[in-house]
Amino acid sequence: MGKRSNEPFLWLLFSAGGMLAAILIPIHVFLFGLAFPLGWLHGPSYQSLLELLKQPLTRLYFFVLCTLSLFHWAHRFRYTLYDGLQIKHLDELINTFCYGGAALGTVLAAYLLWRIP
Amino acid sequence: MADRITLKVTRYDPGRDHEPGFQTYEVPLRKDWVVLDALNYVKDKVDGSLSFRWSCRMGICGSCGMMVNGEPKLTCATFVSEYMPGPVSVEPLKHFPILRDLIVDISDFLEKLTKVKPWLIREEERRVVDGEYLQTPEQADTFRQFSMCINCLLCYAACPVYGLDPLFTGPAAIALAQRYNTDSRDQGTNERLDILSQHDGIWGCTFVGDCTRVCPKHVDPAGAIQQYKLTAAKEWIKSLLMPWGGR
Repeated sequence: MGKRSNEPFLWLLFSAGGMLAAILIPIHVFLFGLAFPLGWLHGPSYQSLLELLKQPLTRLYFFVLCTLSLFHWAHRFRYTLYDGLQIKHLDELINTFCYGGAALGTVLAAYLLWRIP
Repeated sequence: MADRITLKVTRYDPGRDHEPGFQTYEVPLRKDWVVLDALNYVKDKVDGSLSFRWSCRMGICGSCGMMVNGEPKLTCATFVSEYMPGPVSVEPLKHFPILRDLIVDISDFLEKLTKVKPWLIREEERRVVDGEYLQTPEQADTFRQFSMCINCLLCYAACPVYGLDPLFTGPAAIALAQRYNTDSRDQGTNERLDILSQHDGIWGCTFVGDCTRVCPKHVDPAGAIQQYKLTAAKEWIKSLLMPWGGR
């Protein structure tokens, strides 16, 4: 039996992140980037949004959305560098940069969400 | 319609040439001619030394796959007139070593194919007197699509990952493994998992999807690989949660 790959873990993060990002981020962009600023929909006030963000469940939602999207990016970008630029021989550097970057983003997201008063 | 078209064909004689080159031939342009007919015309009338594989002329044997104007095609199912006014380039399948002219060495694929055990595996073989392994039409439908593969290797020629990493198991072999994995009569899923779940198995695939696009039999190897990634990921979680659970 050959060496089992640890790729399933990274792929699960990648595919979960891809699905979440594809479904949810367009909704956020539509609401907060178009519909509210252009007045198509009457948006909530800053205060009520802040109240909403104080809910632990909302914070958890944003944490999961940020984290999984970042790991989706990491995996995709790793292979873009591997195959697109054909620099697979730098795999240790690439992996550290991609997954390390996603991990850093995760910590940052946690910190920012936690800091909300 | 012009009555002649130029073919630009790869020529390579390992005993004589350092590297493959092109030779051009002018052939009659007939409405009902496929690229293979044009090549056969060259071989019969112009240059008998031109070498290429072919057999059935009806898209079943899978031996006449070549690069036509840079795209992997079955030459028996590709009309010359589609490439008007020409010239039409005909090259050996990409990503395989050339043996001679348009003939490539496919031993790498054959080795990989054997490794994924594309046959029915039973823990215990039923005795002949006990009758057949029964299957409903619905059960047959789950793998029918994958069973259409004719090993023509157009998918390997189209796959950029295989081009970059020759260790990658590749589209057709994985689709054929999945053909047996999803067969209700088969019990060999675990044996195949060890091969397929390695990095060079399914995980090499980055879902470019060109394998599915070029397949002349409408098999969906890219789909098979994604399907199998989920299976392998589930098995991975299982082995993580229950490390003692021997498969």
